[in-house]
Parts: sequence; structure tokens; C-alpha cells
Amino acid sequence: MMKGTDAIGEAAVQAGCRCYFGYPITPQNELPEYMSKRMDEVGGVFLQGESEIASINMVLGAAAAGVRAMTSSSSPGISLKQEGLSFLASLELPAVIVNINRGGPGLGNIAPSQGDYYQATRGGGHGDYRMPVYAPAGVQELYDITMKAFDVADMYRTPVMILGDGMMGQIVEPIVRHKRPDVELPPKDYILDGCEGRPSRIVKSLILDVRLMEEHNWKLKRKYDLMKKELPMHEEFMTSDAKMIVVAYGTAARIAKGAVKRVRSNGLPVGLIRPITLWPFPDEAIANITKKAKAVLVFEMSTGQMVDDVRLATNGRIDCEFYGRPGGVVAAPQEIARIIERHWLQKELS
Amino acid sequence: MKKVFSRPKCLKPAPFHYCPGCGHSIIHRLVAELIDEMGLQGKAICIPPAGCAVLAYNYFDIDVCESAHGRGCAIATGFKRALPDRFVFTYQGDGDMAAIGTAETIHAANRGELITSIFVNNAVYGMTGGQMAPTTMLGQKTTTSPFGRRSKVEGYPLKITDLIAQLDGAAYVARTSVGTPAKILATKKALKKAFEVQLEGLGYTLVEVLSPCPTNWKMTPVDAFKYLQERMEKEYPLQVFKDITAQKKED
Repeated sequence: MMKGTDAIGEAAVQAGCRCYFGYPITPQNELPEYMSKRMDEVGGVFLQGESEIASINMVLGAAAAGVRAMTSSSSPGISLKQEGLSFLASLELPAVIVNINRGGPGLGNIAPSQGDYYQATRGGGHGDYRMPVYAPAGVQELYDITMKAFDVADMYRTPVMILGDGMMGQIVEPIVRHKRPDVELPPKDYILDGCEGRPSRIVKSLILDVRLMEEHNWKLKRKYDLMKKELPMHEEFMTSDAKMIVVAYGTAARIAKGAVKRVRSNGLPVGLIRPITLWPFPDEAIANITKKAKAVLVFEMSTGQMVDDVRLATNGRIDCEFYGRPGGVVAAPQEIARIIERHWLQKELS
Repeated sequence: MKKVFSRPKCLKPAPFHYCPGCGHSIIHRLVAELIDEMGLQGKAICIPPAGCAVLAYNYFDIDVCESAHGRGCAIATGFKRALPDRFVFTYQGDGDMAAIGTAETIHAANRGELITSIFVNNAVYGMTGGQMAPTTMLGQKTTTSPFGRRSKVEGYPLKITDLIAQLDGAAYVARTSVGTPAKILATKKALKKAFEVQLEGLGYTLVEVLSPCPTNWKMTPVDAFKYLQERMEKEYPLQVFKDITAQKKED
């Protein structure tokens, strides 16, 4: 049995993460607390920074030094890290950033929320960049995805975000500690560790020549296109005969799965698609909905953000209804089941 | 014939972009000379600021990692914690060190991070065109304090080096100037001391170097060097604020 935050921490340690920098904020404090013990045990670095800004920049330094590094925070703290994320993206440095999303905007509350979807999937910081964003929906997946995130970060030389929420951080579930997968990674030929025996290196994002800066942007774009091809992940649940598809991620998907089971027991052929990568979005899987289903219901713990990506992926070929509970409200499966049934009746799907 | 003067090995053969009379070129050279003399080229990592010295990587032939404005000490912390046996230094201006990066600077110093900060104070924001800096002196005119800095409106010049000297994590803290050849040599001596203290693992080290900015002070280089010594060095007295190696010897 493991708690969500501990699973993230242990997977990071197993993935070879040896530098953790962070600043306390609820509801993710158990993760830095876990790391403060574990990093000591494995001879790594745990340092509580003086701010989120300092912490992400410490991550940047460690990443440029060639060490696997991570930070974690929750929504208001993630806002502060955006400067660093933009730099990591442009400098093409690998790092893993965990956002245990809480209710917002502003100070908000410490309840589970999905209000940071736009910020996470649209870059969040300044400039023209993207980063892979994973939304695990259980402790096992938190463990597996965290381990994977470090490889993805090294593979594409990019910051990678794990987007959970207060619920994901707090739940306790049994897990199997899979071994770190064998992945062939590119050599770290960019790191700065002193130029002994090689020419000196520069890690920089200042490119004053606009033509060269444009090329840098196109280079990043080609990398993002490759990620779009190689990274999308999703889970389908009871979709093969479904006339109506619910799309939800993370904690909302756990709730929606319960709702789908309920309406299925009442005879309604409804299925669930759960994006695991929020960026790149599983466009193809979502687009395929329109082949069989007649209706889509997007459920989020926000006023509606991922629904935009579902509408883009389905491109007007199907009506995408939305149901949201923002501000930290966690709906029960019965509530979502009622919403599914209401849409079913209104769309006369029977 | 004996060669008595040459370009330091770790200074790339590139002409400095700095304005005529700017102190950065002098300080760059001192740093490069020391890296050569102390044999640090292969283990040095430099974190330059956002500011005029952002282009330091065009000159220093060592590993260089860019920093967002003010974050130098945090990035240096990441490097040094990840690679404790390397020589890590930040090169920062007054805005970087004492305004936008105050928190990063003070906390790195307080943790006793084994890094050296070279803090070039010219009392203005140079790269952005001469706006008021935290270190701008009372009465000093800048593009954003056109009537001269007023204590009631803009507050007082921030003496961050004095503050840092109070912190237990700081091991060597000094203020020098490039005002005269003798002071330049004293600057080199202070930098050497700071580098040595870092290598000995004694704590955070900081050398503030007062430096002229003729362009934004709107002066000739000659007048700027005069102003540096007659005005700036009075506001910011040259001294060693803290040297725990001296204290240790006394013990």
C-alpha cells in the first residue's frame, strides 16, 4: 500500500532522480517530506528552496549539470515556477515537475481541482513552447508515469509535468513496484560539468539574431511534432459498443468510471475515454469517437478547459456537452451518472 | 625576449562588446587571469546574469550557464549541490543581485552555499538603458529617477553586501573598486581570496566590485572614473566586511 505522493517520490528515486528542490505548499507536502528522507538514504540532494522560483532554478542548475532533478508544488506555486519552465524548455534541459492541482484561482483552497489544465498544456510560461503533461489516475499509475517522465524528459530534453490533484496525492492504494524500464537514451553531450578534456560549453537561450531565434523556435516545434506522434497515451473503458462517450482525466476519470458502471447497469451503452497525456492530447483516439458514438460528455473539475481539446479533436463532427464542478468540489459517481442519463434522454439516444 | 603580458588562456580571442570605459572588461580579465593561475578552467562553471554581462559566455572559455534575471545564486546552488567538487561562480549586476534576485542571493549566502558571487555595482541598470537601480545613490539622476533619487520616494541605496556580511553562512565578503590600477590589483586579490575560500569549502563568498558606467552616467570615461572614486566609493566604502579565515588564524 502506498500513498500517492510517496509513490511519486519513490518512483523518482528508482528512476535515478538525485536532486529534489521544492517549497512547501498544501496539498503536496508529503512529497518533499518523503524526498527529504529518501534523498539522504540514496546519497542524493534534498534542499528546501526559499521560494518556488528559487527551487525551479535549482532544478535548472542540477539538470544542466547532468543530474536527474525534480520539483513539486501546487497551483499557486506552479504559477511562480513558470519563468523557470520557459527557460528549461528553451534551454532544452530535462526536468520533472509535479503539480498537485488545488482549487483556484488565487489562493483558492486546498481541495482537488483541475483548474490548471490550460496553464499546464499551453506552456504556462512566456514564449512559444510546449511540454509533455501526464495525468495519472491512481497510485500505480503515479508510480509508473513518474518513472517514465524522467525518461521522456531525457529522451526529448524537455521539462515534463505530472499533473495530479489533491485526491491523487492523498489516496492510498496497493501497487506493484515495477522495475525501471530499459530505455535507450541519447548521450548527455550538453551538460556543464567543467570543460576538462573537452571544449567549453554554453547553455543559453538568449538568441539576439531574430533569424536564429526563429530557427530555434522551429527546432523546438519539430521536437513537439515528434512528441505528438510518439507520446499520446489514453485508456478506453467500455467504448466498443458505446453510443455515448464520457471524456475525463485524473480524479474526474475515476469518478466518471464509477458513473459509467452505474449507467451500464441500467442498460445504457456508455463508455469512457481517459486521456493520460494531456499534452500531447490523444487527438486520434478522441477523433475516433465520432465513428461509432452519437454523443460526447466531457466531465472536468473546472469550468471547462480540456473540453476545448475534445472539440478540436472531433472538429465539429459531434456535439460535445460539458459538465464541470470547479473550485475543489469532488462530485460523486451518482451525480455524474444522473448527468449522463439526462444527456442520454435529451439526445434521444435510445 | 621574456613575455610579460598576454591574453589569459581562458579568455576567448573575442573583442569585448562593453562600452569604452566600462569596468566589466577589467573584471572579466581579472577573473580569467585567476582561473588560469589557479588552474580552474577544467572545473569552473560560470553563471552570468541577465544584464550587460549576459554575454560573458562570448569571452570566458569555460562552461557557462545562462540565468534568468536574478536567479544566479539559485542556479549556482543547483550546480554546486549536484557537482560539489566543481568551482561555481555567479557574475551579477546590481539589479540582478540586489533587486529581483535579493531572495536568491541572501538565502544562498545564508545556507553557506560553496559558491562565489562577483557583484558588479555600477548604480544603474546598464543594459536596459540607465534606469534606477537598488544601488542608485541619493540625488543620482537616472532615466527613471530624472530628478535624482529621493529617499522619500525611491528609498535609500541598498547595501546588500553589508547585509550579507551579517549572515552566518557567509565566509568572505569584501567590496573593492576598479578606480585605479592599485584598486584593480586589490580587486584581484579579493577575488583570489574568495575563490580560495570556496575551494576550501568554508562558506559563501561575495566580492562587490564598484565599477563605472560612463554611457549611462552620461560621462566621459575619465569623468566616470573620477565620479566612481569621489562619489561611489564614499557611499560604498571599500573594505573586507568578513573573512572567517582571518578569524580562524586569530583563534
